[in-house]
Amino acid sequence: MTVPQAFLPNHHPSDALLVAYGAGSLAEGLSLAVAVHLAHCPDCRAALAEVEALGGALLEELPPAPLETLSLSATLARLDLEEAPANPCKAGRAGALWGSRRPSRPGPRDGTALPAPLRPYVPRATELDRLAWQRLAPGVRRVELMPRSAAGGAAQLLRIAPGTALPHHGHGGLELTVVLSGHFADELGRYGPGDLAEADGDTDHQPIADSHRDCICLIATDAPLRFTGLMGRLMQPFIGL
Amino acid sequence: MIAPLASLLSHATGPDQTRTGPARPFAAQPSPARSPDDALAARLSDDLVAVASGDRAAFARLFGHFAPRVKAYMLKLGMPAQRAEDLAQDTMLSVWRKASLYDPAKAEAATWVFTIARNLRIDALRRERHPEVSDDELLEHEDDRPRADELLDGDRRARRLRGALAELTPEQAEVVQLSFFADLAHPAIAERLDVPLGTVKSRLRLAMVKIRKALGDDDR
Repeated sequence: MTVPQAFLPNHHPSDALLVAYGAGSLAEGLSLAVAVHLAHCPDCRAALAEVEALGGALLEELPPAPLETLSLSATLARLDLEEAPANPCKAGRAGALWGSRRPSRPGPRDGTALPAPLRPYVPRATELDRLAWQRLAPGVRRVELMPRSAAGGAAQLLRIAPGTALPHHGHGGLELTVVLSGHFADELGRYGPGDLAEADGDTDHQPIADSHRDCICLIATDAPLRFTGLMGRLMQPFIGL
Repeated sequence: MIAPLASLLSHATGPDQTRTGPARPFAAQPSPARSPDDALAARLSDDLVAVASGDRAAFARLFGHFAPRVKAYMLKLGMPAQRAEDLAQDTMLSVWRKASLYDPAKAEAATWVFTIARNLRIDALRRERHPEVSDDELLEHEDDRPRADELLDGDRRARRLRGALAELTPEQAEVVQLSFFADLAHPAIAERLDVPLGTVKSRLRLAMVKIRKALGDDDR
């Protein structure tokens, strides 16, 4: 049964995080978490447009760097290799620069559809339930989304059974959690689909999956070692939590 | 590698600005192009729309304006000169290919070109992608916000943005510069400047408050 998501997210990225995303200074996994939130949140998309306008203004203010003498004609020569002027097909080809994106047919609106920004990272899957979940610890399963990059980005999907508490942990780097379905709660509030929890060096929290169904969220970090640390703790039995 | 900090911050710390009281890091240079400038944003936007239908003259004008700035952007981010030149050309080629996706009601030409340059830079520098949401992929919610053209026309937006940049304090300008031109997110900026993370976050927040105010339609 498809039930439209009737609410907007309550937990949003900070301005600092939106600036980092818009400036392109976030690691890929963190950007992915922000993009998933943006897919749910018109307000933050408007805020992002302002960050990008700032980027445009900064670009305008840069003192122009001299180009090579034949720069324009070299570029025009490359245009000649393109068969025809821009059209939607061409745009599709340009998009391939960032990897092929499957045609965006919206999935069922029951909260299990994959948000568009995630699709390139889980080829062939269109629903969260159909992913190849691996058991990580009691009540916790995961899907690794991207190999750790040289820059240190890492992102995983976690599927947490109702009532499961993750170990209390602090954060050295930046850790973003965005909920895809279900809910979790920590000391800072309750998080539902589209909500983004931003944990940094100042944060110390203990998330608990608190609804009657699994909570599926994307967790991204900028520091693989710390993430391994967290994963290590996840592997511990949850006795006494 | 990123460019030396000194060169990145030369705007913010240039000695020539100490004379006139508080430094205005992004204060527009007293360039003669200032008054023709006022129609510049609209002209660039028109040219970008024309490029979508294959107008090469319009493309050449856009190239003349943006390619040297995109190259400067790449250089600032520490690209070697040849790579910066290549990426400037690649960016303009991408502008040609994707021009049909440009919506003048939603963004200025400079904003749109910036996002293309940014994505190509991430791809080139880190071999990473920049995950984004395209406009037809907003889940569930219709965006009933007024469109940009109903708020402020492009030229006024551009002018007010320049004004807002000039209003940033040196500390705010510094974290903005490091965000956009040093490939540093806020935790790394805090480390670089050796200030608490909360300080960097609040400087960025205050900078965005100024930008937002400039882009709002509060004086209409």
